Amino acid sequence: MEPGLEPGHYAVTDPAKRSMLLTALYMAQEQYGYLSPEAMERVARRLSMSPREVYNTATFYSMFRTEPVGRHVIQVCEGLSCHLAGGAEDLFDFLMERLGIGAGQTTGDGRFTLQMVQCLAACGSSPAMRINDTLYTNLTLGQVDTILQELEERP
Amino acid sequence: MTFEPILLKRTSLPRSDSIDVYLENDGYAALARALREYAPGDLIEMVKASKLRGRGGAGFPAGAKWGFMPRNDGLKYLCVNTDEGEPGTFKDRELAEKDPHQIIEGAIIAAYAVGAERAFVYIRGEFFQGIKSWIKAIADAYARGFLGQNILGSGYDLNMSVHRGAGAYICGEETAMINSLEGRRGEPRLKPPYPTDNGYWGHPTLVHNVETLANIPHIVRHGPAWFANIGTEKSTGPKIFCVSGHVYRRGVYEFPLGISLRELLYEHAGGVPGGKAIKAVIPGGASTSPLTADQLDITLDFESLEGAGTALGTGAIIVLDEDTCMVDVARRSARFFAHESCGQCTPCRVGTQRAVDVLEGIEAGRGVPEDLDRLEMLCHGMLGNTFCPMGDAVVSAIGGILMRFRDEFEQHIRQAGCARAA
Ligand SMILES: Cc1cc2nc3c(=O)[nH]c(=O)nc-3n(C[C@H](O)[C@H](O)[C@H](O)COP(=O)(O)O)c2cc1C
Ligand code: SF4
Ligand code: FES
Repeated sequence: MEPGLEPGHYAVTDPAKRSMLLTALYMAQEQYGYLSPEAMERVARRLSMSPREVYNTATFYSMFRTEPVGRHVIQVCEGLSCHLAGGAEDLFDFLMERLGIGAGQTTGDGRFTLQMVQCLAACGSSPAMRINDTLYTNLTLGQVDTILQELEERP
Repeated sequence: MTFEPILLKRTSLPRSDSIDVYLENDGYAALARALREYAPGDLIEMVKASKLRGRGGAGFPAGAKWGFMPRNDGLKYLCVNTDEGEPGTFKDRELAEKDPHQIIEGAIIAAYAVGAERAFVYIRGEFFQGIKSWIKAIADAYARGFLGQNILGSGYDLNMSVHRGAGAYICGEETAMINSLEGRRGEPRLKPPYPTDNGYWGHPTLVHNVETLANIPHIVRHGPAWFANIGTEKSTGPKIFCVSGHVYRRGVYEFPLGISLRELLYEHAGGVPGGKAIKAVIPGGASTSPLTADQLDITLDFESLEGAGTALGTGAIIVLDEDTCMVDVARRSARFFAHESCGQCTPCRVGTQRAVDVLEGIEAGRGVPEDLDRLEMLCHGMLGNTFCPMGDAVVSAIGGILMRFRDEFEQHIRQAGCARAA
């Protein structure tokens, strides 16, 4: 494969395998849904690190999860710019009501997790929300409803 | 002022992220010229002469930083800082998603000038679209011979790869970013040594913001004198401003450094909705002190904003109208910093959390006059006493709001809460 095609692709000359850690954690998280102790142990073995070191590093980063989350993680920006422009609070209230959960919670069917985050670098087009890897901006509540319906209809 | 955009010129074109569109619009011509006509030292001199200053927040002269890189054959690295997380800032995402080749071309020229053999793009974990466009762009650049072995027949080799961050604002700080690239917790390192001496796995490493690198091809193409002619004497070149908050047309704007804040807000961004007055403007992202309504004629450049006790920062301008509660703004900033403090130094870890508690108390009507002294003490304890510049940023942001809007805080304490919320 061409260098650069894979995020985190490293040349064999790299000083330490440890540099692969974040990439390996992403891969493990994708495979297991979250970083279970077993997943972290596997990563540790592959990179010749201690499980403790892996755990200690993974927990520094908010995108690595040591607990299971819903299939769709919804993050609403409550940052200053979004707050000022308005709409972020309404969006969050709407989602809480619609999903029947609060901040940091997951729906009973394991479909949705709802989170408030600080800034999605979309401050010029609030309200902004991210669901897994997709960023949505300038949202209306009607659009959010449609997006949720589409996700709910998926198996 | 009308200004033909330089950095954002291509972003409105269809498929602006593709290498073909880039090549049809002068893309990679500067690289070809740099490799053919200039020795690395010439390019360093050229960037020095352009007086380009870093666009990542600190405004450090780019040419001087290139000059700090040792001139030997040892392993050297370049890091492209795409971690953009400063609230109010969304320019790097725009550049990375819509015109990644402009950044790649700048990065290759920079790497060649300092003799780096490998470049890392450290991109914020949340920017999935940006990650995809970077990966595609890098692969296309390899395919056309702009990356890899013997670039354009010059004998120079450079490899470039993308590294995804994982949700930590502090990883935008250059030494924290290097730790993260090494597979460690993204905690800043004590400086000195600076990354140009001792960076990625101990090797000299040049770190630049995306926007800084995007300027490089233009400097090579048109010459440093052309570049230095744009902007002011000490703040040269074009700048992307991110305008958000209480303003009609939120978005990115490109103008020469030195444009007046009033002009940017009223002539270009359409002013404040509802014809309201402006109470304050945060000029450089959430880490900078606010300007007040009587300072709207200030020019947006490094020296004017420093003179006014604040900073150009990332050029993220957040507009606060007359009805904004400044205690609420301070509380929100404090919350952000408390959340993002890496926790390495006590004044920052404890100070930011204490600030949140105090500000929440004031907002909820539980404030007492001593709270304001307490906040000042917290700021005092942080200033200059932390490992990385984030401690000072907290002081600029929260201390700056308190200093300029103390009366609002006092009013909250007297009235046991926010009169505006009622
Ligand atoms: C807390 C903190 C966060 C930072 N975040 C970023 C960032 O997201 N992007 C960036 O380019 N620089 C960021 N910086 C600045 C970098 O440390 C560094 O100065 C910059 O990347 C150098 O590039 P430049 O010379 O091109 O500006 C941050 C600094 C601090 C203290
Ligand atoms: S100042 Fe804050 S963010 Fe910076 S190193 Fe110290 S604790 Fe970490
Ligand atoms: S403040 Fe919401 S995206 Fe930046």
